[in-house]
Amino acid sequence: MSNVIVQPSSTRPRKYNVIGTRPVRHDGVDKVTGKAIYAADLSLPNMAQGAYLRSPHAHARIISIDTSQAEAMPGVLAVATSADLPDPWDKTEELGEGCINYAHLSGNVLARKKALYRGHAVAAVAATDIHTAQQAARQIKVEYEVLPAVTWVLDAMEEDAPLLHDNLFTQTLGEKPTKPSNIGQHIHFEQGDIEQGFAEADVVIEREYRTETVHQGYIEPHASVALWNEDGRLKIWTATQGSFTVRQQLAELLKIPVSKITVVPCEIGGGFGGKIAVYEPPVAAVLSRKCGRPVKLAMRRDEVFEGTGPTPGSFMRVKMGATKEGRLTAAKAWLAYDAGAFPGGMIGPGSMCVFSCYDIPNATVDGYDVVLNKPKTQAYRAPGATQAALATETVIDEIAVELGIDPVDFRLQNAAKEGTRRVDGPTYPRIGLVETLQALKESEHWNSPLEGPNRGRGVACGFWFNAGLKSSAAANVNDDGTVTLVEGSPDIGGTRTSLAMQLAETLGIAAEEVHPQVVDTDSVGYTDVTGGSRVTFSTGLAAHKAALDIQDQMIKRAAELWECQPDDIQVDAGTYGYNDHKQTFKELAVELSSTGEAIVGRAAVNPQGSTNAFSANIVDVEVDPETGKVKILRFTTAQDAGKAIHPSYVEGQMQGGSVQGIGWALNEEYFYDDRGAMKNASFLDYRMPTSYDVPMIETIIVEVPNPDHPFGVRGVGEVSIVPPPAAITNAIHQATGLRMHHLPISPPRLHQAIAERNGQ
Amino acid sequence: MSSPQHTNTPAQKHSSTRTLQHTTALQRGNEERFVTEKIHVSTTINGEAVEFLCDARQSLLELLRDGLSLTGCKEGCNNGNCGACTVMMNHLPVNSCCVLAVEAEDAEIETVEGIAAQGQLHPVQQCFLQGAALQCGICTPGFIVTVKALLEQNPHPTEQEIRFALAGNLCRCTGYDKIIRSVQAAAEILQEAKS
Repeated sequence: MSNVIVQPSSTRPRKYNVIGTRPVRHDGVDKVTGKAIYAADLSLPNMAQGAYLRSPHAHARIISIDTSQAEAMPGVLAVATSADLPDPWDKTEELGEGCINYAHLSGNVLARKKALYRGHAVAAVAATDIHTAQQAARQIKVEYEVLPAVTWVLDAMEEDAPLLHDNLFTQTLGEKPTKPSNIGQHIHFEQGDIEQGFAEADVVIEREYRTETVHQGYIEPHASVALWNEDGRLKIWTATQGSFTVRQQLAELLKIPVSKITVVPCEIGGGFGGKIAVYEPPVAAVLSRKCGRPVKLAMRRDEVFEGTGPTPGSFMRVKMGATKEGRLTAAKAWLAYDAGAFPGGMIGPGSMCVFSCYDIPNATVDGYDVVLNKPKTQAYRAPGATQAALATETVIDEIAVELGIDPVDFRLQNAAKEGTRRVDGPTYPRIGLVETLQALKESEHWNSPLEGPNRGRGVACGFWFNAGLKSSAAANVNDDGTVTLVEGSPDIGGTRTSLAMQLAETLGIAAEEVHPQVVDTDSVGYTDVTGGSRVTFSTGLAAHKAALDIQDQMIKRAAELWECQPDDIQVDAGTYGYNDHKQTFKELAVELSSTGEAIVGRAAVNPQGSTNAFSANIVDVEVDPETGKVKILRFTTAQDAGKAIHPSYVEGQMQGGSVQGIGWALNEEYFYDDRGAMKNASFLDYRMPTSYDVPMIETIIVEVPNPDHPFGVRGVGEVSIVPPPAAITNAIHQATGLRMHHLPISPPRLHQAIAERNGQ
Repeated sequence: MSSPQHTNTPAQKHSSTRTLQHTTALQRGNEERFVTEKIHVSTTINGEAVEFLCDARQSLLELLRDGLSLTGCKEGCNNGNCGACTVMMNHLPVNSCCVLAVEAEDAEIETVEGIAAQGQLHPVQQCFLQGAALQCGICTPGFIVTVKALLEQNPHPTEQEIRFALAGNLCRCTGYDKIIRSVQAAAEILQEAKS
C-alpha cells in the first residue's frame, strides 16, 4: 500500500524548492483547535435567528399563505415569503460551474405560485431565538392544492406527465416545440458517420443504465448571517464556494447594485459544487431588512437533503462498437438527466464527457435536461461525468471481455491523446490519459494476483474539464521580508497553501514566509468560484504573476539602491545580485522597506479555454452472495495532476473523490415514496461511507505538465469521483458474473440479482 | 425535527397519526414551560467551573455553541449521526447534540478548545496537521476529540480498531485514509512520550 508520484519519461520534470514539498497548511492550527470561524459559528450583537417553513408536498399550487398567527407570537421579528422578493427577471448567467436563470433561482429560494418539490422553501421567520423562530414557522398557514408529482426522469418525459412549468419549451437545435413540456433542453453532438462506424465493428454492445439522485453530502449545513443596514448596504457572512458569485446572485435577486453588497466568505465546511447557487442568503437578507437586525439563517440536515441541490439521477443508453483487433469504430449515447424542479441540470457536461476518454471516429450523443418534482440539481464534483462514465466504462469492459483483450490495454489502444477530437468539438492539447493508464498498468496493485471466491477486480477511467476563469490576487511585502497574499478563492481543501507555495516558489522564499488570506468582496479583485478544479490552476496563476510583479519592483528598487540598471541585476532562486551586492529576498525587502514606498504586487488573470484531467482506478471487491454486500478490498487511483504543488493535498483530493465514488456506487440514493417524499433525509438513512466501510486509498500521481501553466498545474479537485462506480461495477462482474446496470449496487439490489440469476 | 409522514396502508397511517398527535400535544403542553422555567446547571468545562441557565429542551451542543460561545463543536446533523459535535463527558466521547444541557450538572466536559494545553498542540492535533488529515476542517474537531478518547482507552489500536472507533464521525472530504494514518502516527508519538 503506497502513495507514489510518477514522472513519465516523455516529460522533462523541472526542479523546484517549494513546489512538491509538504508544508503544514496555513489555516491548519485554527482548524484542529476549533478556532476557525464557519458561518454558523458567527454571532453578531442583537442578532436574530431564522427558520424556514417548507412544502410538505412534492407538487402543489400555493393558494394562500397566512402569516398573521406567526407574526403575532412574542419574540417574532419578521416573516418573509416570495412576496418580499422583487419580481425576478428571466435572465441566465454563467456562474463558473453551470448557468443560473434568475427567475428560476428566485422561485427556488422561496416558492412563488407552486411548490415544486417536497422541502421547497415557502416562508421564513426571524425571531429572538431559534426555538421561537421554528415554532412560528409552524404557525404559518399555507393552503395548497396538491398536484400529481413525477420523480422518475423517463416518466417526466411522457406526453401526459404532470407539467411543472407551463412556460417551459425545449431548447433544441431542431424544430422549436409548440407545446410546453418537462424537457428543458435537447443537446446533440455528432462526428463522422455513425452507421458506417457500426458497420465496421465486429462487436457491438448496447446497454441501458439507471442511477439515482445523490447528494454532495458536505458535513456543514448551509448557513448565512445577513445585515441589511439602514443606509442600504447589505453585508453577508456565508458558507460559499464563491463570494463574488453570491454577490452577483444577491444583486440580481434583490435588484440592488453589487456595489451595495459585501460578501464575507467564512470558512466553508465542504461544498463539492453544492455551495455555488444561493439558498438562504437572500432570505436572511430580506428578514434582516424587515426587522432591522442581523439575522442568522442556518439549515438543519433534513433541509439540506430535501431543499438543496443534489446531483442528477439518470437514465442512459450507450452503444459502442469495435473491430476484433480492438479498435473502437463507433459510439452512440442517449442520456436523460434529472434537472430537478427547474431546468439547467448537469446534462451539458454529462453529454460532453460521455466519450471523452476515447478516440472514436464516429459518434453521436443526445442529451435531455428533464425537470421533475425533486430539488433543483446542482454540481457535484465533475458534475454529470460520473453517471456517463458508468455507462461508457462498463460497455468498454464488456467489449474488452468479449474480444479477450486486457481491459487496460484495450483502453490504451483507444485512449484520447494530443490531437484527438472530442465528440463535442474541441481537439485535445497535451493530455496525460495514456501516461495515467500506463502508470496503472505498471502499478504493484495491477501486477498482484487477486485470489479467492466471490472476488473480482475492475478498472475504469474518467475525464473532467478544468476551468480557467477570473482570479485576482494582491501580495504585500511586509517590513520583515514576509509576504501577505490576499486572494478571493474560498479555501475548501487547502488552496491557501497551494497558492502560497506558488508565490513562494516564484519569489524564492519558503512557504511559511507567505501569509495567505481569503478576503471579502470589497478587499480583492473579482474572483470566480472555487469550482471547476480551477483554484490551484487559475488563482495559482494570479499568485505567480503577483510574485513576478513584486520581483520587477524589487529589481527596479535594488537598481536605484545599487546605482545600476535593472537589467544588470541577476535574480537566482530568490537571491538578487549585482557585482559585490548579493542579498536574499528577505534581506533586500527589509532594506527596501526603509528606503521608499511599499512593494505591492498585483495580478488579475482570466485564462481561456480549459485544461483536462484524467483519472483511472483499479478496485478489488468481495461480494457476499448471502447478503449482496460488497466489500472494497483494495483501491488504487491514478491521476494526471500536471504538477502536484502540495502532493498531500493532491492525494487528499484523489482519496476523497474515490470514497465519494464508492458511496455513489454502493450505497447512496434518495428513496422516494409514491407521493414524491424523500424517505431517508438523514445521515443515518442516506448512509455515506464511514471509516469502517473503506480501505486505505492508494494513489499514483502522474505528472504530465500542463503547457498552459508556468508550473504545469492541472486541476485535481474533481475527476477522482468519475471512475469509481464504473470500476466497482466491473469488479462486481468479475466477482459474480453479473452485469449490474442500476446504481447504487446496494445489498438488496445485488442480492436480488444474484437470486434471479440462481433461479430463486 | 419530525416531518409529516406519508404512509400507504391504513394500519400504518393509524399508528403514525397517533404518534403525530402525541408529539404535538407534548410540544404544545410543554412549550410554554420550556421557555419560562430556566434551569440552573453547575458543571466543569475544560477544567473550569461553569454555571449556566438553560431551557429544559436545549441540547448540550446548543448550550456550548450559543450559550458559552464554544463553537469548536459543530452541528452537522443534530441527531447523532455525524459526530461533528463530539465532546468528552466524564471521560467518554458523546454526541453533544444528543445530550441535554441539564445533563451536564456535576459532569466533567472537555471540548476541542480544551485539548491544546497552554500554546502546545496535543500530539493528535500535531499529527492531523502533519498528515494533512483535514480538508474543509468542519469534521476535524469531532475527530480530534474522538481520537484522543480512543488513544486514552486503547493506546495501540489496529487499523480496524481505529476505523471502528471513528465510524461515528463522518468526513466527506478525505476518504479517511490520511485520518487513519495520522491516528497511527499519534499513537506512536504518545507511546514514545510514555516510555
